[in-house]
Amino acid sequence: MGNNEPLLSLKNVSKEFYGNVVLQDVSFDLHEGEILGLVGENGAGKTTLMRILFGMPVIAETGGFKGSICLDGQEVHFSTPFEALDAGIGMVHQEFSLIPGFTTAENIVLNRESMHPSLLNDVFGDRMSILDRPAIKKRAVGAIEKLGVKLDPGMLVSEMPVGHKQFTEIAREISRDKSRILVLDEPTAVLTESEAEVLLESLRRLAKEGVAIIFISHRLQEVVEVADRVVVLRDGLAVKDVPAKGLTIKDSASWMVGRSMAGDAAGAREVRKFDEEILSVEHLWVDMPGETVRDVSASVRKGEIFGIGGLAGQGKLGIPNGIMGLYPAGGKVKLHGRDIALNAPAKALKSGMSFVSEDRRGVGLLLDESLDWNIAFTAMQIHGQYLRPILGGIFTQRDEKGMESLCKEYIELLDIKCTSSRQKAKELSGGNQQKICLAKAFAMRPDLLFVSEPTRGIDVGAKKLVLDTLRKYNREYGTTIVMISSELEELRSICDRIAIIDEGKIAGILPPTADVADFGILMAGIGASEAAAAMAGQEANNA
Amino acid sequence: MRNLKTFIQDFGWPRIIIFLFLIALFVFAPAVGVRLDASVSDVLNRFGQYAILVLAMVPMIQSGCGLNFGLALGIIAGLLGSTISLQLELRGFAGFFGAIALAAPFSLLLGWLYGKLLNKVKGEEMTIAMYVGFSFVMLMCIMWLVLPFNNPTMVWGFAGKGLRTTITVEGYWLHILNDFLAIKIGRFFIFPTGLLLFVGFCAFCMWVFLRSRTGTAMTAVGSNPDFARASGVSVDNMRTVSVIISTFLGAVGIIVYQQSFGFIQLYTAPSPMVFPAVAAILIGGANINKASMVNVLVGTFLFQGLLTMTPSVINSVLQTDMSEVIRMIVSNGMILYALTRKMKVAK
Amino acid sequence: MSAKKFTKFLSEYAVVIIFVVATVACIGPSRLSVTYIVQEIITRLGRNSFLVISLLLPIFAGMGLNFGMTLGAMAGQIGLIFAVDWGVAGWQGLVFALLVGLPISVLLGWVCGSVMNRAKGREMVTGYILAFFINGIYQFFVLYMLGSVIPMRNPSILLSRGYGIRNTLNLESVRQSLDNIVMARIGPFAVPVVTFAVIALLCIFVVWFKRTKLGQDMRAVGQDMGVADAAGIPVERTRIIAIIISTMFACAGQIIFLQNMGNLATYNAHDQTGFFAVAAILVGGASVTHASIANVFIGVVLLHAMFIVSPLAGQNLFGSAMIGEYFRQFIGYGVIALSLVLYAWKSRKAASDARSLIRTGGSPAANGKGGKE
Repeated sequence: MGNNEPLLSLKNVSKEFYGNVVLQDVSFDLHEGEILGLVGENGAGKTTLMRILFGMPVIAETGGFKGSICLDGQEVHFSTPFEALDAGIGMVHQEFSLIPGFTTAENIVLNRESMHPSLLNDVFGDRMSILDRPAIKKRAVGAIEKLGVKLDPGMLVSEMPVGHKQFTEIAREISRDKSRILVLDEPTAVLTESEAEVLLESLRRLAKEGVAIIFISHRLQEVVEVADRVVVLRDGLAVKDVPAKGLTIKDSASWMVGRSMAGDAAGAREVRKFDEEILSVEHLWVDMPGETVRDVSASVRKGEIFGIGGLAGQGKLGIPNGIMGLYPAGGKVKLHGRDIALNAPAKALKSGMSFVSEDRRGVGLLLDESLDWNIAFTAMQIHGQYLRPILGGIFTQRDEKGMESLCKEYIELLDIKCTSSRQKAKELSGGNQQKICLAKAFAMRPDLLFVSEPTRGIDVGAKKLVLDTLRKYNREYGTTIVMISSELEELRSICDRIAIIDEGKIAGILPPTADVADFGILMAGIGASEAAAAMAGQEANNA
Repeated sequence: MRNLKTFIQDFGWPRIIIFLFLIALFVFAPAVGVRLDASVSDVLNRFGQYAILVLAMVPMIQSGCGLNFGLALGIIAGLLGSTISLQLELRGFAGFFGAIALAAPFSLLLGWLYGKLLNKVKGEEMTIAMYVGFSFVMLMCIMWLVLPFNNPTMVWGFAGKGLRTTITVEGYWLHILNDFLAIKIGRFFIFPTGLLLFVGFCAFCMWVFLRSRTGTAMTAVGSNPDFARASGVSVDNMRTVSVIISTFLGAVGIIVYQQSFGFIQLYTAPSPMVFPAVAAILIGGANINKASMVNVLVGTFLFQGLLTMTPSVINSVLQTDMSEVIRMIVSNGMILYALTRKMKVAK
Repeated sequence: MSAKKFTKFLSEYAVVIIFVVATVACIGPSRLSVTYIVQEIITRLGRNSFLVISLLLPIFAGMGLNFGMTLGAMAGQIGLIFAVDWGVAGWQGLVFALLVGLPISVLLGWVCGSVMNRAKGREMVTGYILAFFINGIYQFFVLYMLGSVIPMRNPSILLSRGYGIRNTLNLESVRQSLDNIVMARIGPFAVPVVTFAVIALLCIFVVWFKRTKLGQDMRAVGQDMGVADAAGIPVERTRIIAIIISTMFACAGQIIFLQNMGNLATYNAHDQTGFFAVAAILVGGASVTHASIANVFIGVVLLHAMFIVSPLAGQNLFGSAMIGEYFRQFIGYGVIALSLVLYAWKSRKAASDARSLIRTGGSPAANGKGGKE
């Protein structure tokens, strides 16, 4: 390992999106043959940092970034990802980027195929060259060998197990001529434990051959195991840059999620007691793409605000979506002790549950329709409200007046900024759209309200208003609220209990006053029992 | 200025050009010796003939099934209704409404099956609808030959069986709506009151329906199926209902067309009826997932106005019949324009 | 398990099976001799194969069945009109028609590809409507421009009013000039050797093309536009090239088709071109996403065998030739509808299967698919 001069160095990289600071003065170096673990919560700035490194057009379109990136001591400016690739930086994204009907070899050399020129080249250009299949195979086998895994170069991607797809992607990146830096974004998320072992092994092997690797993962165990150095990002700041040796999971977890313990608002909160069970969930699984729930059992008490947290992709969003019937689900769900049929949104709504979706624009709103439609629609369809009988009730018509007064009521109550109740939903700002979604759910007068990522993508002032509204609604009407959020602080500020979801299961349930490090450990993907052990150890230390 | 710009953008250049072209045709008509009163009378009549077929596009567009290229199914249900009505020797209003009543069960059945099919092939509705329509038209061609009709006005004289390609409804219910309360002004102008009343009635029913609970749900399904589902609406059921209504309106539409046109056209005749209806609603300002009564009325008027006026005016000017070519370019150009406009794809 | 396999086989080859059964059932009642049927099939193979092959490339490129191929057919017809007008006879006339038609088809193909790029996911219906739209322009050009704005040399092909081409154009000067260069007799059968040689050359080209970089890119684009784009393949350009090549082939194919027919119905010869070609390739076992050269020939043979026997079978069975005529059209349209339905249904099913794979299996790690989809 030649550690004299850094291969890649980031200096004071800052980035803001429309006045919103997402990265601030981030600096670190990467040396040849080094594995750098990059950890951080969702929204800590990992994705933005990688986008900057790769010269993604979205960065330039939103005003570029401050600071500099040096490769071999030379400052570089990539304006497209292809320039970054040419400079020897390869990236394996979370989403597979493979052609399903192509073989391993074809995918490894995709758009960089070995070719023989043909007669038509002079007329129609290089694309009329004939592919040199033996050479392609040779290159693919070379890359696979370098990776040190077993892959059949002739196998179709569509027939591969998921782990092989991941290896194919990595093989593609290292098969480039100058490939020197490899960025892996959550590469083990899709792998079995044994596959993950193999992957870590081959990463070490690549590092020995001089490839520098940036390894992004939420599984702190793996990071500590494989990385030489760990950089922790939090709220756009590189809060730690330390050697991995001797690093404990507990430390890194608390760096990852922790604010300063002293200024913790949650600590001073009242502790409420609840007895009666309103919702019980047993062995719930939900088939929601990207947010699979595997086996969740929990009980929610009447009148409480129950928080569900965890990192993106771990399944926390799948829980409300499954219970409300929006994605195929199984298991047992009981409200007030009565079974709720799954996979039937109408029944879930009729039973007294309501849901504010995280996908505001996709599921939450009728963007092309007016506000009164948006607010009254569900109540109309489920409870038959806002309909006017005509001709002695032979048929009914929309009660436009009733819808309008309902809409006005909520415009006032939630302080929704709009021109009138006839305005189209798509014309409102994100925060006001979110309030419309809340109004729609409130109009159902639910016993139990699911709110999913209620503050995502809205500004600070609106965030506070939304949270205050939820708290007020909970206190005044006694409505039980289950709030799902990626922002731990937000959950801690409003919830009575918080469950952390990891890999489709509940890793643990903590009071909001619990140590942030404990939350961090639950999110760190080391399994519930190990997490409990780690926490116990920590408590012993504290004592 | 800004408003004008967004208006033009929303409305689209093709529609404005067609609109201006039609106005120009009306303005120049007297100059080239085409009688304006006769032309207007003609346009009104054709408007009434086609309006309900265009109206049949609305429910499926509203529910997100796209343009109903399978309207031929509804038309065939209507043909079955009117041929059976003739076979039963029903005359006058009894014949006309009898035909509609007889067509209803067929359109219900066909629409239900067709709706089920379209639910299985979301995203590919339009191409499939087109070919399902074509193949059903062909199947019915065989049926028209072998079904046991025997009213002598309907079957081939020499064979005594097999329905004729065109069957006159004279003596049964010819112009039953057209002549109802019709107002005649001068020699050339007839205002087809009954026809337009009936069209108005159908449009009103549709308007009322769209304001009902089911109609509201249907609109929401087309606007955002995920929202509708999350609100407890069954997307598939709503789509099926919309297809059934569309099919039934297709049946009513063709019967209204027949009473005005005077003939029942069988065999391959239903296929070419579909595209003009699709084009008309698009010209009226609808897009692939939003349509209103105004779109229907304006679109039918513009399109039929164009088809009526171009032959008479252009022919007088150029001494040649270019109407067919203009029809082809305008109607298909309009559909093409709608298909290639950027919009969110309903899933 | 075997029952499952059997249903899979059925759904895979449903179209082919229906066709073979229907055709075989019709042979008896048609009372045609096998020799006659075989000769007819040979003739029609020569006449139609080229057109059907033109559908292959857009299928490779993931653009579905190219109903816009009719554009190429129209270009070919314009070429032939000029060949007759200029009085170029024999196979030279066909070459002349090709030289006129190809540039037009390149232009039309570019238009078609660009329009389809604006309607991704709706290529088929868009191509279909585009064919109608361009048909309007073709009619305008042939009916009003030729002989008036564009001077014609040969007044006998014009309508009596002095401009516009006659409804039926006699192609006597180039009639079967390709077929008759070498007409081999094999047993009782006449085989147009050169026509088949041209078709064979085209097949070789297609096979060769699949091995080129462009062919590889086309397959990549066809399977996943997003991935292809991320890998730096120019997606839109590749799609346009696929359509341009398809349109050019269709132009040549229509010229071959018409030289065999011997006359040109000026205003509707191309109406059914797309329908017959698409029906043929689907009958041959192709789908919206998969097609091969074998599908082309199997399809042409099966479809046309059916077309040869069904009118007579209808006549003899039901006493009406029209029933057979309608029946074959019903089958043709039905085949297309069925293939499209099966395709749409399968792709939806595949998507839901992929989803349900996520959660089956034992330990959470074994099925850990996390954020990927």
